[in-house]
Amino acid sequence: MMLAVLNIDWQTLADALALGGVYALMAVGIGLVFGVLRLVNFAYGQLIMAGAYALAFASQWDLPRWLGILFCFGVVLALSVAMDLLVFRPLRTQSPAVMLVATFAVAFLLQSIALLAFGPLGKIASSLAPLNRPVTISGVDIRKIAIVAVVVAVVCLLLLQLLLTRTAVGLQMRAASMDFGTARLLGVRANRVIGGAVLVSGALAAVVAVMLTVQNPLVTPDFALRDTIVVLAGVVLGGLNRPIPATLGGFSIGFASGLLGGALPTNQSQYLPTFLFAAVIVVLLVRPNGLFTRRQSAERV
Amino acid sequence: MSTLAVDGLEVRHGAVRAVRGLSFEVAPREIVGLIGPNGAGKSSTLHAIMGAAPVVGGDVTLGGRSLVGRRTEDIARAGVALVPEGRRIFAELTVEENLRLGLAGRRSKEGDAFERVYTLFPIVREFRKRNAGALSGGQQQQLAIARGLVAEPDVLLLDEPSLGLAPRIVDVVFEALAAIRDSGLAVLLVEQRAQRTVALADRTYVIANGELRLTLGPDDADDTDRLVAAYLA
Repeated sequence: MMLAVLNIDWQTLADALALGGVYALMAVGIGLVFGVLRLVNFAYGQLIMAGAYALAFASQWDLPRWLGILFCFGVVLALSVAMDLLVFRPLRTQSPAVMLVATFAVAFLLQSIALLAFGPLGKIASSLAPLNRPVTISGVDIRKIAIVAVVVAVVCLLLLQLLLTRTAVGLQMRAASMDFGTARLLGVRANRVIGGAVLVSGALAAVVAVMLTVQNPLVTPDFALRDTIVVLAGVVLGGLNRPIPATLGGFSIGFASGLLGGALPTNQSQYLPTFLFAAVIVVLLVRPNGLFTRRQSAERV
Repeated sequence: MSTLAVDGLEVRHGAVRAVRGLSFEVAPREIVGLIGPNGAGKSSTLHAIMGAAPVVGGDVTLGGRSLVGRRTEDIARAGVALVPEGRRIFAELTVEENLRLGLAGRRSKEGDAFERVYTLFPIVREFRKRNAGALSGGQQQQLAIARGLVAEPDVLLLDEPSLGLAPRIVDVVFEALAAIRDSGLAVLLVEQRAQRTVALADRTYVIANGELRLTLGPDDADDTDRLVAAYLA
């Protein structure tokens, strides 16, 4: 009934699910690095932007699709590692405020480089465009990318869950995000754990770059910037330092954003971010630790 | 198994000289106690050994090789395990996951590292599937020691393992420490329970203001309070 009142069709619902899935991946990517470094990486969107440019150039050079995606992963992972080595590692012992401002600087630097090198008009990443075509499932038209995005998001999150719970480095990442000092006392290598989190986070950024480029093939220097800000709100909404709450926060804000964006008339949907952020403020006033976190259990003596 | 040697150690926290020229050795198959009033430099000494407090002078060696200037995780991987004050177990992880984290510092990859600690602390085996946060304080302390031991270190450092425990549980912990010594480890025990420490340890050093004041042997246990009071007056 609600759906009918809001004038939401199946296509909108599918798109909202897909956006929720993509935002969930971004939220996990940001949350993983926050867990081990206590650092909110504002330059996460620029990693996605770099991946999108990689896909645009791959289209321009007529590379096969798989090679373009591989190129995208290579660029994003290389940039992630460079960020860790050149920015995070030297500043690791500084206060969170210093690191936060540093990631702002990196974000604007990368955006400016893109602007200078590739111009303000943007490039078209067309090689994956066929995924935008609809398929008909029992009489309902749904864009292929919506299905692909949901499936890819679920698969990525399951793989991540396996990594975090079944492997030694995953367990070490979880421990490090709870109490890094004690983890190091046990012999957990800080560089390995942080490097692992940065790599996984970068891989997720590359996946997101592919998904977003299909939906929006025009790659500009501010590509994914608005998405990143919305996701950051979602991550804070869910709870920053645990993967599952962060995922749920990212998914919720993506799903809500997609649903409202589809349901509202165009002349009203421009106010969408305003409503989203108002909702985030209200939630944080009521539940400062996030929507999906349990209250901390009392310390035992 | 190697000997831990602290030689003329100086630790400084800003303007405060927390440890001043402290020297002692802990050999394999030996428990050395470290007692003294709050702020005497006991925990600072342990943290300095682990590379987690700034060493401004002197040396710390394990089997003749210096540990000073190395990263905490590398010192752990070289064979020194610290059971930290307050236990610092990962409450949201299971008991078994806590133990698996201890494997990070293990040098040998052969044999079952868990079997030995399960024998020493049957409670840890019994509750291995539970969340560590659901354990009692005494059980958490046993887990913290077990987690240090799965790394199969040469040297075990303990920072006030009896803190906040019921006397019956203190007995369990101290008996375990004796067994750990007998298995060949060098054990350095920082404690508030002076008399029990002196009785258990092969040697106990009394420190105050970061300096060594007095050395006590097991025979001094009954006189501990009087001797310590006399020397620290």
